[in-house]
Order: sequence, then C-alpha cells, then structure tokens
Amino acid sequence: MDAPQTGELAHIGKSVVIKGELSGSEDLYVDGNVEGKIELRNHSLTVGPNGNVKADVSAKAVVVQGKLDGSVNASDRVDLRKSAIVTGDLTTQRIAIEEGAFLKGKVDIQKEAGKAAGPASS
Amino acid sequence: MASVSDNVMKFFRSSSNQTARPAVPQRRTRRSSGMAEISRLLNSQEGLCVLDMGSTSASNIRFFTGRGHKNYSEDLLRSSLDPALRIQDSTGNTVVDSKKFLDENLVYANAQFDVVLCWNLPDYMEESLVKPTIDRLWSVMKPGGVLLAFFHTRDAGPDSICYRYHVTDTDMLEMQEVKFAPPGRPASDKQSPRLQRVFNNRHIENLFRDFASIKFFLARDAIREVLVVR
Repeated sequence: MDAPQTGELAHIGKSVVIKGELSGSEDLYVDGNVEGKIELRNHSLTVGPNGNVKADVSAKAVVVQGKLDGSVNASDRVDLRKSAIVTGDLTTQRIAIEEGAFLKGKVDIQKEAGKAAGPASS
Repeated sequence: MASVSDNVMKFFRSSSNQTARPAVPQRRTRRSSGMAEISRLLNSQEGLCVLDMGSTSASNIRFFTGRGHKNYSEDLLRSSLDPALRIQDSTGNTVVDSKKFLDENLVYANAQFDVVLCWNLPDYMEESLVKPTIDRLWSVMKPGGVLLAFFHTRDAGPDSICYRYHVTDTDMLEMQEVKFAPPGRPASDKQSPRLQRVFNNRHIENLFRDFASIKFFLARDAIREVLVVR
C-alpha cells in the first residue's frame, strides 16, 4: 500500500534512521527505522511495509504494515495489515486485524464514553 | 548435515506430494464442548485474563474483550519456527534452543492467567519444546485456571490440516486452515504446518501431570478436546 495522501503528512523514508522522541501535529508515515518514542495525539501513524519502529506510540490511529515493537495507545483505532509484526500491548477503542498479521501482546479495548463496545474486526 | 532451512522445512508439508488444495484457505465450523465450558466460566466472572496461543484472531479478541476480559495474544507455533532458535549440539545436529525460546516467549508473571487457549499447538510444535512450554504455562496460570487443548486421535492422518480457531459463539468455533511462508521463503510460498505426532491418552496425562485435573471430550472429527485445570 502507498503512503496515505493527505494534506499534512510527514514521511520518513526507508533509508532514514531516527533515535529519540518524535512528536507532531500532523500525520506521520514511517517506512524507515525509528527508535524511542512517538507522540502524535490527534493524528495518525502509519508504519509502512519497510518500517521498523521500536518505540512506545501514542496517536489517534495507528496502521501497521511493517514491524512495531513497543506499546501502542491509539485513542481511535489500530489497524494491523497482513504483513504487520507487532510485539507490545495495544490500548485502543477499535482494532482491525488482517489475516497473516502477527501480534504478541495484550489487547485492551477501551469503550468509548456512552457507547457499547464493538471493537475488533477482521 | 542438514541446513537450518532443511530443519525448519520438516515442520511444513511438502508441496510436491500433496493433493491440490483450494487457493483460498478452507473454513469450516465445529461445535466445541471444551469451549462451551470455558464460555460458562467467562460468563460467570469478570475481568479474567485470557491467553490465546493461536494465530492472531480479531474474532477472539472481540469475543473476550466484549465480555470484559483481558486478551493476550501469542502465536507460539509461528514463534517456534524462528530460524534463530536453531543451534547445533555437540554432535553437530541441529536442535531447537528451548532455553532461548522460553527466554523470548511466554514471558509473564507467575499466576497471571485464568484461561489459556492452547488449541492444537502441541500437535504441531517441535517435540523438544512441548513439555517446557506446558511447564511454563503451569507457572503463568492461576491455581484453578483452565487450559483448553486439542489433540488429534490416531485416526487422523499425517496430512491433517493445521487449523486456526476463531471463537464465533459460546460453543462454536470457525476453523481456518493455517498457512504461512516458512522462514527464508517468499511470502507467496505459503504452506501448512505438518502434524508432528499423535499423543495417546497416557502421553496427554503425563504432559499435564502437574495440573490438578484433566477432562477429555471426544469428537467425531478425529480430535480429542482436553480441558485441564491448574
């Protein structure tokens, strides 16, 4: 899948290596290596097929096609595509997992205030 | 001497001598007496810790978290095929490093889980990993916790399909053929894991001898369901 085409999107290419803390107020697409911490609050993180993220992640939505090692806190949703390899605990309201995705960790579905849970989908 | 790749490949069915199978993995359903008992437990209590050791399943996550329980996923069969676990012993044979396997997998606090879903893992896992895995499960389960495992009976042939299990209702499972690319092979070269052995009742009782009780459910599809209480 290609990187999402939105108005504001930061793109970390597959030859880029970053160690440290990443924060921002726009969507982020990571196809390279990131180690540390990623905080995007009301925006989304997409880990591309070549992406290798070793970080605790906090974002509105997290889409994983590559490797992610760390805890994920997504206020809206987590989407694990078929090539995803995720090791870490996930906290979110909704989760979608494609066949073939690998997850090793705890899934904590937090109910949206005032709504019944309808959390996971294939 | 066999290469690491050759040693990993023995856990998969040969593609050359098997009959043609549909390109789309097969799905079928089966009623499960063991799952019915687990469901009764899940419906009677809140906030239980459930460890699902099958392939990651959104259905299972929905089933458990929707009832207010905590879901942990760990696809132990896939993890056990990691080529990095293959080492050579003193005689030059390639063996699986069970210590490294347990250093990297099933790393939880003692007495953490109320329910463990083993599914058909022991039948398809490398022999040397089975007993250490069950022993580790004993440690991470709470006293009184329950474990569900499926074992093929002798009637099952060596080409028995390896399934992943999706919980669709309190006593109903959807079975989907497991296929994945062996390490080092292209993603398109998906194969089904091979049945490694058939346990008889005595073997199963020995495997779970440290547990408090064991109950067998026989089914028509050459599967024995085993419900074990820690």
